[in-house]
Amino acid sequence: MDKNISFTLKVWRQRGPKEKGAFETYQMKDIPGDTSFLEMLDILNEQLVNENKEPIAFDHDCREGICGMCSLYINGHPHGPATGATTCQIYMRRFKDGDTITVEPWRSAGFPVIRDLMVDRSAYDKIMQAGGYVSVNTGGIPDANAIPIAKPIADEAMDAAACIGCGACVAACKNGSAMLFVSAKVSQLALLPQGKVEAARRAKAMLARMDELGFGNCTNTRACEAECPKCVSISNIARLNREFLKAKMKD
Amino acid sequence: MWLINSSIGRKLVMSISGLGLILFLTFHMAMNAVALFSGEGYNMVCEFLGANWYALVATVGLAALVVIHIVYAFFLDIRNRRARGNDDYAVRSKTKVEWASKHMLLLGFIVILGLALHLVHFWSKMQLTEILGGHEALVYEGLVIAPTNGAALIAYNFSQPLIVVLYVVWLAAIWFHLSHGFWSALHTIGWNGKNWIKRLECISNVYTTIIVLGFIAVPILFFVQSLMDPNFVVEYIKSTLG
Amino acid sequence: MSKIDSKIPEGPLAEKWTNYKAHQKLVNPANKRKLDVIVVGTGLAGASAAASLGAMGFKVKNFCIQDSPRRAHSIAAQGGINAAKNYQNDGDSVYRLFYDTIKGGDYRAREANVYRLAEVSNAIIDQCVAQGVPFAREYGGLLDNRSFGGAQVSRTFYARGQTGQQLLLGAYSALSRQVELGNVELYTRYEMLDLVIIDGRARGIIARNLVTGKIERFSAHAVVIGTGGYGNTFFLSTNAMGSNGSAAMQCYRKGAYFANPAFAQIHPTCIPVHGDKQSKLTLMSESLRNDGRIWVPKKLEDAKALQAGTKKPNDIPDEDRDFYLERRYPAFGNLVPRDVASRAAKERCDAGFGVNNTGLAVFLDFKYAIERLGEDVVRARYGNLFDMYEEITDENPYKTPMMIFPAIHYTMGGIWVDYELQTSIPGLFAIGEANFSDHGANRLGASALMQGLADGYFVLPYTIQNYLSDQIQVPRFSTDLPEFEQAEKEVQAKIDKLMAIKGTRSVDSIHKELGHIMWDFVGMARTDASLKTAIEKITALEKVFWSDLRIPGEANSLNIELEKALRLWDFIETGKLMAYDALNREESCGGHFREEYQTPEGEALRRDDEFSYVACWKYEGEGKKPELLKEPLNYEYIKVQTRNYKS
Repeated sequence: MDKNISFTLKVWRQRGPKEKGAFETYQMKDIPGDTSFLEMLDILNEQLVNENKEPIAFDHDCREGICGMCSLYINGHPHGPATGATTCQIYMRRFKDGDTITVEPWRSAGFPVIRDLMVDRSAYDKIMQAGGYVSVNTGGIPDANAIPIAKPIADEAMDAAACIGCGACVAACKNGSAMLFVSAKVSQLALLPQGKVEAARRAKAMLARMDELGFGNCTNTRACEAECPKCVSISNIARLNREFLKAKMKD
Repeated sequence: MWLINSSIGRKLVMSISGLGLILFLTFHMAMNAVALFSGEGYNMVCEFLGANWYALVATVGLAALVVIHIVYAFFLDIRNRRARGNDDYAVRSKTKVEWASKHMLLLGFIVILGLALHLVHFWSKMQLTEILGGHEALVYEGLVIAPTNGAALIAYNFSQPLIVVLYVVWLAAIWFHLSHGFWSALHTIGWNGKNWIKRLECISNVYTTIIVLGFIAVPILFFVQSLMDPNFVVEYIKSTLG
Repeated sequence: MSKIDSKIPEGPLAEKWTNYKAHQKLVNPANKRKLDVIVVGTGLAGASAAASLGAMGFKVKNFCIQDSPRRAHSIAAQGGINAAKNYQNDGDSVYRLFYDTIKGGDYRAREANVYRLAEVSNAIIDQCVAQGVPFAREYGGLLDNRSFGGAQVSRTFYARGQTGQQLLLGAYSALSRQVELGNVELYTRYEMLDLVIIDGRARGIIARNLVTGKIERFSAHAVVIGTGGYGNTFFLSTNAMGSNGSAAMQCYRKGAYFANPAFAQIHPTCIPVHGDKQSKLTLMSESLRNDGRIWVPKKLEDAKALQAGTKKPNDIPDEDRDFYLERRYPAFGNLVPRDVASRAAKERCDAGFGVNNTGLAVFLDFKYAIERLGEDVVRARYGNLFDMYEEITDENPYKTPMMIFPAIHYTMGGIWVDYELQTSIPGLFAIGEANFSDHGANRLGASALMQGLADGYFVLPYTIQNYLSDQIQVPRFSTDLPEFEQAEKEVQAKIDKLMAIKGTRSVDSIHKELGHIMWDFVGMARTDASLKTAIEKITALEKVFWSDLRIPGEANSLNIELEKALRLWDFIETGKLMAYDALNREESCGGHFREEYQTPEGEALRRDDEFSYVACWKYEGEGKKPELLKEPLNYEYIKVQTRNYKS
């Protein structure tokens, strides 16, 4: 069975987007190793409420690694030290007794802090609205098997589609670039025959929206890929580049 | 306009200018390699690339590439800093990435310094002197070295330890800069995929290493020879004067 | 007693929906622009409805409590989505899907609704493929299928273990497109706090901006609730932390009937509870039952040794293992429906054969699958699930059997709706898990996604027009009307009251207590006495809630404790309602098991003569017992039988 650990927790507290934030330090005692990281924060919040203090605000929902809501920067890693996992999938057995654990919000101009560890990622929705879809209305659709799709293509599209829109790529990027997110969607839809029809339009529209929202330029450091909880590959970025350049050449 | 306004457009400019410069380095390295075997041969190349119209056009084009590459580098960097925001993480990123990929600007800066040095040591004494109508690059121990006598300049410059050290540092910076820049440029123009990502990185590392080794061989070889034989430089220059 | 009209169209079963569509009233395009629809929720049902209504030309306002529509908990569905395509040529058909769903629901669902669901299921797959959902495919390029809990045909379409995610992203992308086109206005981080009724019709909502704390008013010609189920009443469930039944409760308090609240599904394959700090239970996909074998030891001393940790699972030889599902249900084996599998696990654990330190777990063993298929095949099929299991439990399921235990997963009950998905309040519609739905007393695997998307893409967009067609003369509503003012005042008063308690207990501590009451007394096995105890205990807990709750911070800014408190208030009400319904239903069927009503072999004993009805609960005011209305269930096309998964 897992051992209990005690450690120091430094958490970023910030009232609002315009206000100055600072770290607060909390001593955590005897936390079981099979507690998830967010459950550990629940324990802390329970303590804070019992002391009549305001609990730490952080985003979370499904707690099984798929909704993309949780977004903590822990000890120098978006989503903490594990690879291929979201914050909610980190368990305290990964940390050692006596550790100092620093928890920060995603930091990027594109994701302003709302409160404490909660940031505003609505820019991602706006990028999706620019073109992250196949333009079909409901109904009037041919049979699902009308167009065969080679399994490797479908699988590659699925690899890209696994993106959960959490924003770890932007949080990890020294350039604050959202290219991995944008490219995952462009790539998924460009691979499939259903999405290919408007691939050029999509690539241009989504990229233009990304630029407009002030995200940075990709310099291929691959930090996004290394921190992506769904291991989305930067080969998608190459495909986005290709789709975009192809579209521009055609113009 | 999209080459200025869109992030991929800007990256494309970086990529194409970078690839152009890599191509130039390849030629330059091949040319240098001649000096390893024959000073005479090397000087023929120097003469060929002196103040001729085609060489001048190429030089202007090359300079333009360099300027574009540098201007865009700063342009991108400023935008990226703005996108990153003012709040830095208290705990520095522990994400494992290629060191070079995060320090391209710093490396580029070292490369520019090295380039300046290099221009002073060679280009200003050769093509520039020719353009200005000069007939001597340097006088060494009473020996007049012509602007087209690159081989003599090599022997002269690379007998000085400080210069050799600086060149090695410079070339190391170029190696790091290229090890990331080369595959990254290909990636930016869209040449990449699940399987190609590793291949491109490998190709880029091998190619970069060949180029840099080719370059580095010249100063090292000449320096070693000058160490072994105190009269090497004078003798060598004399031999180039025919 | 008011009469319940489910508005089932005339005609033979297979033609009802076609007839309905042929004769329903429509709204012309010019008029659609003048009509506003509020859709609350952005899950499969909400997002697909908002996108479809927007595409048709209605002006839609779409709300969600998360930071983006894509976070809705539909995203977490793993296994797949059913459709009667019969691509596998294994004898599937609309009728068979219909039949399986009615049977799986233990004959407590409406025939006409379920038939329609089966009928539109095929169009859903077409729609999703057209949106670019990367379903799994065969090498020939055609869609792959697998069989799923409780079905004898392979009719489940899937996208790795992330089908819900991919379907939701499909609906979300369609929604995003409508936002860009200006047909849908998106309100994220907004929580509905009340329904506004004007002259007996649903005309708007009061919502709280979760970032600023501001209470805002929104008006529309119709309101659609797609806010999911109320499984989090149990505190520990497989639902997301934010999943709540509050919107449904608000509608219930305003007069919408709440149907079959007792029908909650307990999913058999969840990771067992491990400590009192746990915040949620993680579901391991039901697809694991396709290749995993479920067992407990045959000998009690082995079970004791496992509980004490003196024996390891692999120390127990095959002949001493009791594969109790295969033993009890030879025809379906490990693939029996969820309610049956859950109850069987509970039965074994109650008898002392549980295998972990709490005695509340059974094994799901892949040893045999690995022997049969090889580790690589097993890894390809379930690798991501195994990794997830290992991360959570620190045990390697390739080497040692997984441990699983049932947990609350889905609620079949919900707001009562008629054939048109309209509630008992005109102009108020409920879709997806939020309505009492098509699943009767138990939902089959891979059917939740099907129902959510059926409602949102292919049912509501038709039926809502039948209602809106006579609303075209009604101008847009001002939110300054006294009804809005009154509703906002009431919401504000409720919040003020909560903030003023200034007690000592945190929201979660009370919620956990509610969860324990629910699990212990309204859980997998219920009795008359346990349910009465539950009602008493919940009523007592309600007093604690109103006298000793503590919410730090202010109401007029972001306040997560206030959000949770408002939801908990509704969970308490829901808990009571579940207990009332369970107490009333003196039979065992589907997810509802009353210990008094079981066969000598311990199987559920249904009492069709007395309980073949939908129990609709009508709110009678705070602290009062709700009134029970009955919608009789008439089976014209299916012969009602005892479910048999044995032969």
